[in-house]
Amino acid sequence: MIPTSYYVGLSAILFSIGALGVLIRRNPIVIFMSVELMLNSANLVLVAFARTYADLSGQIIVFFVMTVAAAEVAVGLALIVTIFRTRNSIDIDQMNNMKG
Amino acid sequence: MTANLILFVILAVIAVISALGMLFARNAIIAALFLIANFMTVAIMYLTLEAPFIAIAQVAVYAGAIMVLFLFVIMLLGAEQTGRTSVRWWLQPVSLIMGGLLMVEIFVIVLALFKTPPQVAALPEGFGSPLSVGETLFSSYVLPFEATSILLLIAMIGAIVLTKMEKK
Repeated sequence: MIPTSYYVGLSAILFSIGALGVLIRRNPIVIFMSVELMLNSANLVLVAFARTYADLSGQIIVFFVMTVAAAEVAVGLALIVTIFRTRNSIDIDQMNNMKG
Repeated sequence: MTANLILFVILAVIAVISALGMLFARNAIIAALFLIANFMTVAIMYLTLEAPFIAIAQVAVYAGAIMVLFLFVIMLLGAEQTGRTSVRWWLQPVSLIMGGLLMVEIFVIVLALFKTPPQVAALPEGFGSPLSVGETLFSSYVLPFEATSILLLIAMIGAIVLTKMEKK
């Protein structure tokens, strides 16, 4: 089997790219995608360790992460649609007050 | 180099390139398509890690459901273009430095942790198959499973309430 550290290294690269995406992109939809990328890189490490220790718990936790990601995307995109309706723009720099 | 390692390197290169493509794509739809490519690559990696059921779930849930939702909202809002750059000029270089620092930090920790690589355990029969995953899910993890059903219900109600048109 390929050493587990390779998977952890790849996951670190993907996670950092996702974090960069959250920091530098101005489109909130792309920021959401970057969050998905970060969740996905965490999943990769969980599956790699599940294989290393022959323990299924890692794979089960990946299921829960997927569920939470799906719920997060549904609510987050609904929020973006609502913000777009009230402001006609989804520029992240203009979202600077809590009141709609 | 064994065939496994060559496959891993190819998949890793595709994954990193597609992630960078998502990061730098001007058009949000192209970014979404790059992200789908990334998810598919990771799904193939799950197959090589003896997790066939997770791999299928990855393709169906991530590359299927979630990304379709993304593409739908992008097209609904017409939000393909990123628009002007940020008003804060220093934000981009500072973010690049912070992201690079994060990566270096993770790598230092990983190198420190893996000085003695973990012993790879022998796999039991049918590891990662739908049967074994289902048995674990519905025996040791029943309570979290039920909790996720409530979470999904709340997310569903939340999405409906948030996007409901107010009648004025």
